[in-house]
Amino acid sequence: MAPRIGVVVFPGTNCEHDVVAAVEAAGGTGALVWHRDADLGGVDALVLPGGFAHGDYLRPGALARFSPVMEAVRAFARAGGPVVGICNGFQVLTEAGLLPGALQKNGRLRFLCEPARLVVASTASVLTAGVSTGTELVIPINHFSGNYTCDAETLRRLQDEDRIVLRYAENPNGSVDAIAGIANETGNVVGLMPHPERASSALLGSDDGLVLLRSLVAAAAARAAAAA
Amino acid sequence: MKFRARVEVQLRPGIADPEGATIERALPALGFDGVAHVRAGRSFSFEVDAPDESAARTRAAELADRLLANPVIEQSTLELEVL
Repeated sequence: MAPRIGVVVFPGTNCEHDVVAAVEAAGGTGALVWHRDADLGGVDALVLPGGFAHGDYLRPGALARFSPVMEAVRAFARAGGPVVGICNGFQVLTEAGLLPGALQKNGRLRFLCEPARLVVASTASVLTAGVSTGTELVIPINHFSGNYTCDAETLRRLQDEDRIVLRYAENPNGSVDAIAGIANETGNVVGLMPHPERASSALLGSDDGLVLLRSLVAAAAARAAAAA
Repeated sequence: MKFRARVEVQLRPGIADPEGATIERALPALGFDGVAHVRAGRSFSFEVDAPDESAARTRAAELADRLLANPVIEQSTLELEVL
């Protein structure tokens, strides 16, 4: 049976159906999880998709962190479950303390909506396990607050522990060390600003995102097999 | 007792502030010379019910740190007045 990927929907999330379609193209089954549900329904992996959770009021991700589903997300992550936050989902994961640092407004206050050239910097994560380091991927970005910021010590730890998973080939938003995506200490929680679901078919201009989503589906399948 | 709290949130020193920088760049064109180091921020106000000022301050500061500011990049200042 295809592994089940839960896709968390907050009020204002708008990429959930694209993510479901893309994880299904990558061999998984998608299942929407409403933000008020405290029960994840036995999914094998989770995606926090892009959009404007709770209207992005206060700061992107600041209010989503208090949604009932986040306790379940936290427990799932702690138990080693694969969790990927895309764009607004990345912002939610940093606000919730599941990933370090913060996403600030882009340098020069530019809203960016364009394909970005990315370089895979680490394969030690559920999202990049199936790609080689150095691989170039073209995946769209679409954000105003994607400028990854952290203190010098956190940056050193991310670098030393091989937790920077994706970098921009040309830094579009001022992120420190051109960071486009990072992982937690154990590699099962990943956040990235680019949208792999928008690069999941040649018809969309690129299917470079599929290799990342296939890694996630493989991690979900491994978890399902371990639980069975 | 009722208190009114005012919380001001600003980016920490050393954290780039693109909003402040953009405002600063616009100033000479408007004829405001000699203005420097513009920092953008937000301010919030709310009422707190608490037995005394110290308890109100503790609650308001906790609220500011847990929600209004993201301590990774921001810092907050708090002012209280008795209503």
